[in-house]
Amino acid sequence: MADKPRIKLPKEAAKGEVVQIKTLVSHVMESGQRKDAQGKTIPRKIINKFACEFNGKPVFACALEPAISANPYIQFDARIDEAGTFKFSWTDDDGTVITAEEKIALKA
Amino acid sequence: MKAINRRQAFALGGGFVMLTLLPMAADAEVTNDAAKWIEKFTGGKQPAKGKISLDLPEIAENGNTVPLSINVESPMTADSYVKDVMIIADGNPNAGVATLSFTPLSGKAEASIRIRLASTQNVIAIAKMSDGSLFTEQKTVKVTIGGCGG
Repeated sequence: MADKPRIKLPKEAAKGEVVQIKTLVSHVMESGQRKDAQGKTIPRKIINKFACEFNGKPVFACALEPAISANPYIQFDARIDEAGTFKFSWTDDDGTVITAEEKIALKA
Repeated sequence: MKAINRRQAFALGGGFVMLTLLPMAADAEVTNDAAKWIEKFTGGKQPAKGKISLDLPEIAENGNTVPLSINVESPMTADSYVKDVMIIADGNPNAGVATLSFTPLSGKAEASIRIRLASTQNVIAIAKMSDGSLFTEQKTVKVTIGGCGG
């Protein structure tokens, strides 16, 4: 499972600029609706929460339901007022949390 | 005319509640629990039309991954911003799709995700602003191959 999440955002931005962030994490997002070959329901296992913080302040969060496609792709924006670090986290139904960090600098 | 006593007043009130609830219950049976999700999110308030642009394909060949983009009109300042946007699919086994939470730091109330749709149905978005006002938008998506189950 533990593929590194893919995150795309600019390396630097002007003060006050709104940048686009694209994230993708590998996950089956098992909906709990499917049945296996024996006709038994495959239990639900999804990422149920995504969150993004910048220098400790919340930027964007998302509660996910089984209706989200496998390998959830989430694209959103962030306003950059200072240089700093984005922290991303994906929380699985089983409690594991996948995390990632990205830095962004201010344009000189 | 005789004044209504307490017991009669209760009976009357109960009757009204039944009358207003019954049509809603009937709707919910036809589709899924969408009405319950909406009720929980809005607290029973009626959202207004507008402010949201919801981008979805008219026809989705593969219901397993349907691109969805949403943009809510807002200055996104500390005084006025979009708080939460709930996305509902009224023909899926479970109505809930996602709830997006924005902050003034988001800069724009804009997001893209990929969703699963079991069959041809309506996708509904409801946005809650920082001042508590509600806006809604919906789109019908025709699904060729469903995306929930075998």
